[in-house]
Amino acid sequence: SSDTLATLKTESETLKTKLEEERAKLHDVELHQVAEKTEALGQFVMKTRRTLKGHGNKVLCLDWCKDKRRIVSSSQDGKVIVWDAFTTNKEHAVTMPCTWVMACAYAPSGCAVACGGLDNKCSVYPLSLDKNENLAAKKKSVAMHTNYLSACCFTNSDMQILTSSGDGTCALWDVESGQMLQSFHGHAADVLCLDLAPSETGNTFVSGGCDKKSCVWDMRTGQCVQSFETHESDINSVRYYPSGDAFASGSDDATCRLYDLRADREVAIYSKESIIFGASSVDFSLSGRLLFGGYNDYTINVWDVLKGTRVSILFGHENRVSTLRVSPDGTAFCSGSWDHTLRIWA
Amino acid sequence: MTINTLSQDGVQRQQMPCLTKMERMIISMQDPDMGIKLRNQRLLITVIPHAMTGLDIVEWLIKKCSISDEEALHVGQLFVKYGYIYPLKEPRNLILKADDSSYRFQTPYYWMSTRWPASELDYAIYLAKKNIRKQGELIEYEKECYNALHKRINHTWDFVVMQAREQLRASKQRRKGDRIVLECQEQAYWLVNRPPVSPEHYKLTTLTKNTIIEHNRISLARNRVKSSICLESYVKYCEQYQPHDPIMQGCLPSNPWITDDIMFWNMNSETVALPTKLRVERWSFSFMELLNDQMGRKEFLTYLEKEFSAENLCFWQACEDVRHGETAKIPEKVDEVYKQFLAPGASRWVNIDSKTMEKTLEGLKRPHRFVLDDAQMHIYFLMKKDSYPRYLKSELYKNLLARAIVPQETKKSVFPFMRRQRHSSPSPALATQTAEDDGKAKYSNSNSGTASRL
Repeated sequence: SSDTLATLKTESETLKTKLEEERAKLHDVELHQVAEKTEALGQFVMKTRRTLKGHGNKVLCLDWCKDKRRIVSSSQDGKVIVWDAFTTNKEHAVTMPCTWVMACAYAPSGCAVACGGLDNKCSVYPLSLDKNENLAAKKKSVAMHTNYLSACCFTNSDMQILTSSGDGTCALWDVESGQMLQSFHGHAADVLCLDLAPSETGNTFVSGGCDKKSCVWDMRTGQCVQSFETHESDINSVRYYPSGDAFASGSDDATCRLYDLRADREVAIYSKESIIFGASSVDFSLSGRLLFGGYNDYTINVWDVLKGTRVSILFGHENRVSTLRVSPDGTAFCSGSWDHTLRIWA
Repeated sequence: MTINTLSQDGVQRQQMPCLTKMERMIISMQDPDMGIKLRNQRLLITVIPHAMTGLDIVEWLIKKCSISDEEALHVGQLFVKYGYIYPLKEPRNLILKADDSSYRFQTPYYWMSTRWPASELDYAIYLAKKNIRKQGELIEYEKECYNALHKRINHTWDFVVMQAREQLRASKQRRKGDRIVLECQEQAYWLVNRPPVSPEHYKLTTLTKNTIIEHNRISLARNRVKSSICLESYVKYCEQYQPHDPIMQGCLPSNPWITDDIMFWNMNSETVALPTKLRVERWSFSFMELLNDQMGRKEFLTYLEKEFSAENLCFWQACEDVRHGETAKIPEKVDEVYKQFLAPGASRWVNIDSKTMEKTLEGLKRPHRFVLDDAQMHIYFLMKKDSYPRYLKSELYKNLLARAIVPQETKKSVFPFMRRQRHSSPSPALATQTAEDDGKAKYSNSNSGTASRL
């Protein structure tokens, strides 16, 4: 009945307000205040060191291989390419049966890649060195969602994949059998991104969605253990701080924000009046001091995580930056764009 | 950003929040006091009123946002690209030039954000005009619609009012007769065509609400840590890792992406004879750092063997194998682990407290992926609190640290314009071809103890 709904709504709102009050009680200092004694960063020079050309359409996603130099990227025209970014050689190419391949990931062993998009699936392709072999022949369909696949990543092995989808859910899958091991419900709209926590116990991950919420999940129980709702628009990207105690998110509201998991609150906002377009993708440098954000206005902004200031702005791409990842050893980062190219910056 | 245009409760989603932000800035640009000074611009023989130069725009942005001219030009360019400002001289060439080229503000009617949902917006403008003209002239249902619209399309309300004012201004200039006719026509149109009252916000069921309430209750009860403690830890972490962050501080001998020299990767590979000093130092930052490095893990195993507690690390690795491995193989793997590590009299028996052992043995009756978690956690923390700190103080570690290499910085090439040859590396796909044939599962560097990698 509408009465019950009304009382529930009030109760929910009251709890929410109480929650915000509780969170605020222990907030005794701002990040930039604590960081006052930290040395400021000097002049920052980063240049494009490699340009990977070969996609025939918008680059939508990229992932690094653990060997620190190979990259897999996927594009709107259905092509998934594996590059040795150092030499810029293309090593493998797969044509997916669908367009808009929005998600791709490199397997930890380096022997396979996973990808998916408008086909609502996530498929795994083992990488073969036989030039004549058709990679698509050995393809394995793993995940099945009821709407587009927005992100995927392998857990600590080649055997499990975590996915997020436009159907509002995330799920954990067994690669060999294609069985769903766990599903994660709680977002009220499309889930656009996810990231695995680098914690000792390795059991949680964070997701962000079009409901402006980011949620932290327990992989074993499927429960949402923490959630944050301070962004003003879709969350396009989430990435853990290297220690695992916090994560950053990038949103269509043109801000990036930092959330601390122990303090259970937002602790920093990275924004600037001249930055009007949404952040599509974020990642930290190895020490966590720098946050790189790829934006829809074609630029990459580099933020000082501790001081909250913008250290540098990188021009170069000729269309939206859609994806950005720092290499596994932190020597460089790669950005992919709607201008069909990928760039390595160092 | 998503392709889905309707949100879950069936209401049209606000498209592109960047447009709202741009419009806000455009409105400030036109502020009579703080905005750009508009004047007459000469275009050939005509004088165009209310115009400005490209330089005016760039300078205003530099001042307002405290940015460089390169960035101001970039931002200004976006306004031209999205149609909020248009050039007078070459109207088809949507480029902003930071010189005396003339530009004008586009009328709000043609703003990008007004393209959807059009009819609702038109109705809002109509109601706003009525409201402005004679306060309180709106009839009951119109008042309701006006308030509902004000709530729902609040993000474009500035535009609605602006457009309403402009239309009123334009109509004042018409002849009285014409004006009355147009007003009647408009009124009649909206009587017939007014948009239907849309469904109430948030069609949440009691079930969803209950879940949210439960979640909030649990969140309330959570233990939180003071911000000062949490934030201080970031400062410490960044400081500790700064020398290891190649983008922040460079790396020795050189960053391969910059010099094309792959020595840095060779010197830090898994199979290198002698590790670098930075690498060995990093093992002392946390137990995870030690275990995540294959070489560190090997060294630690050697140390544990000396202490006759190597079975702890082997057990932990076997548990990782179960947790991250193929679902179908779990029962046999768990059985193997039991035989080797947990069974009474097992060859590599691990010392777990009786409570955990009891719980684990009970769980083994129905083996699942996480059945060994408690036992694994117990052993992990045992190693972390006991063996790990002692390893860091041991001769084995100190010796290695003393012998570890500090690479020489690569001398800059005598001929800086000559690029070094970029060597390719063996593909990881090749490295485990044989492993695949053996039927071994493939694991990542960080957690594997069994299959070999790269």
